[in-house]
Amino acid sequence: MNAIDAAELRRRTGDLLAAHPPGGTEPTDFLKARFDAGLAWVHFPAGLGGLDAPRSLQSVVDAELAAAGAPDNDPRRIGIGLGMAAPTVLAFGTEEQKRRFLRPLWVGEEVWCQLFSEPGAGSDLAALGTRAVREGGGDGDGGDGGDWIVNGQKVWTSSAHLARWAILIARTDPALPKHRGITYFICDMTDPGVEVRPLRQITGEAEFNEVFLTDVRIPDAHRLGAVGDGWKVARTTLMNERVSIGGARLPREGGMIGTVSRTWRDRPELRTHEMHQRLLTLWVDAEVARLTGERLRQQLAVGRPGPEGSGLKLSFARLNQEISGLEVELLGDEGLLYDDWTMRRPELVDFTGREAGYRYLRSKGNSIEGGTSEVLLNIVAERVLGLPAEPRDDKDVAWKDLTR
Amino acid sequence: MSTVDDSPDLLYSEAEDDLRAAVRSLLTGRGDIPAALARAESGVPYDTALWTSLAAGIGAAGLLVPEALGGQGASHREAAVVLEELGRAVTPAPYLTSSVIATQTLLACAADDRDGGAAKLLGALSEGRTVAALAVPLSTGPDAPLPNSRPGAAIGAVADAAVADVLLVLGDDGLYVVETAAPGVTIGAQTPLDLTRPLSTVTVDAAALTAGTRIAGADTAEAAVRRGLLAGAGLLASEQLGLAEWCLEETVRHTRERHQFNRPVGSFQALKHRMAQLWLEVVSARAAARNAADALATDSPGVPLAVAVAQAYCGRVAVHAAEECVQLHGGIGMTWEHPAHLYLKRAKSDEIALGSAGSHRERLAALTGLQAPGAPTG
Repeated sequence: MNAIDAAELRRRTGDLLAAHPPGGTEPTDFLKARFDAGLAWVHFPAGLGGLDAPRSLQSVVDAELAAAGAPDNDPRRIGIGLGMAAPTVLAFGTEEQKRRFLRPLWVGEEVWCQLFSEPGAGSDLAALGTRAVREGGGDGDGGDGGDWIVNGQKVWTSSAHLARWAILIARTDPALPKHRGITYFICDMTDPGVEVRPLRQITGEAEFNEVFLTDVRIPDAHRLGAVGDGWKVARTTLMNERVSIGGARLPREGGMIGTVSRTWRDRPELRTHEMHQRLLTLWVDAEVARLTGERLRQQLAVGRPGPEGSGLKLSFARLNQEISGLEVELLGDEGLLYDDWTMRRPELVDFTGREAGYRYLRSKGNSIEGGTSEVLLNIVAERVLGLPAEPRDDKDVAWKDLTR
Repeated sequence: MSTVDDSPDLLYSEAEDDLRAAVRSLLTGRGDIPAALARAESGVPYDTALWTSLAAGIGAAGLLVPEALGGQGASHREAAVVLEELGRAVTPAPYLTSSVIATQTLLACAADDRDGGAAKLLGALSEGRTVAALAVPLSTGPDAPLPNSRPGAAIGAVADAAVADVLLVLGDDGLYVVETAAPGVTIGAQTPLDLTRPLSTVTVDAAALTAGTRIAGADTAEAAVRRGLLAGAGLLASEQLGLAEWCLEETVRHTRERHQFNRPVGSFQALKHRMAQLWLEVVSARAAARNAADALATDSPGVPLAVAVAQAYCGRVAVHAAEECVQLHGGIGMTWEHPAHLYLKRAKSDEIALGSAGSHRERLAALTGLQAPGAPTG
């Protein structure tokens, strides 16, 4: 088999465009043809939307298709599927699962959501209590077993109200220590036992949902990985989540600092000396964070990734919070007002969108979602600096005996 | 290594890694803290053999100087790596003052250097045979008012004048090279906060100034001095990075080994979070310092902004790292015997050197149009 290089990808992209001219093809049909040509995610295996090519060559295909005006799969709408479900299905799915799920996921026909966090399991995700019980009482990894019946509550689920499928982790053996009794499933969100309720948040709107699972039936064929291996499978999902956070490249004054800088320049009447000093300090910090991200990208480009990625989210969260807080204060009387508390369900979220009050409140989530800043600091301390872990007494105790 | 677009190269090249290894190996062999402390209190902290090995042996003194003038024809990127290592080891050496600030000032005098005085001096500085100091207070930032150097007026807090062979002195009609041993030149030792960088009061009388070599006229002189200070400020960020890096590494090492309450103190989350936060500041300082060094090396139009950002950021980080190093060492960190105090004193002095973080923020306000209240918008 010939190695796939950039020239070969350009040739295949040209063939795709010739066979399915974007102007005269339904977008979904074009995306299916693109998937079948192996040009969806070139690093995936042949037959599953890829060509076993280096991941870095994806940009060659994307550039050619963008230049030709081809439709895309609106990646922001299906981010959880693309960024979290797909790599996990690829790594742990059976051949049948890969063939069934990956194509409609990538094309965008089926939206995915993630049923991981619970009211009682946030930073300590492995303590989760949603139960999956094998019908008929069978246990162990006996291949084609009976259906699983799932009961529990999940929270902070984006897109749950739009999703066809969910990646779900649930406890299958409460007698084992918490990390060992978890199993990973693909859950059908149209099951009558799935109830999705909007979760109204600090900003007044509801980006997320609570999901109540009552006697939800999952066939054993929708189990991902072995019974009891759910934590290992989930780590693949979460690693991919971290990769997809904070990847965007910003220009100088991109992001939150640009908004407050424009306000400062446009509204000289609001300026005070004290806020001037704070603004300049934050401007410097934001510029340095931007350069740190740029340096990380340069390291990745030469194949020498550094551990800086773990730190970028910490910087980003703190800066968003302090900058938006400064802006509310700068606005004075206007900072006393809020644009709109009406309960809405936004499809896309822009941290720098709407007005200063919204930005201030939404940024409070930046140090909680996707790993709290406190947990990230522990990760840096232990994995980057090699500092010893705190003594723990929760790792070897049966889950059912833990304090809850 | 070049990046795909016009963004700055923030990495280290292989040649830079090799240079770092050479400097670190030299400094590691001489890292005798008790000897350094004894020298520091003697008033002349420099180990002259070390300076010769660094300046001439490794060729670090001539990195900024073109080969045609006897230098290495390298750039600020390489000099920054040397400064990172000097910061890590808190080495007393007149590198920032002579090999960066004075050297850059002389390089910027080229247009007026008809008699070749500056070029000749650059050759001598490159070989490390001669050490030069710019006769301005160490606190002078690139945009600060320059000292009124009327003949006979004393200039305080001049760094490394005590070990310099020549001074670069601003006179009313230009920049002069004056030998420190010449009659009419007085160098009075001051007691510095930072024991590893001697400070002096410098007085040059009228006769001594006239007896010196004028290497630039008044207009070129001021621009050249400011260019020297700008390069110094930009590369000081790398020294601050190296300092901070050592403080963090040493603190992590100490807290992993030190046991209290039957546990390594580094296993307490309250301490781990402080060190993780410091790590984040250090990796951020690296990006800022590399950005400034690369801007200076490529002489990009973004030099003033890159230098101001690096100085507004890295000084704070070095002080924070040194303060945490003292605190997280507990009692031993307060002793004369442990080197932490040398780092704290250097970091605190570096925070003032070449313009405070606040003065660099003021510069940024002008560069970015984020003007102070009441300032004309623009």
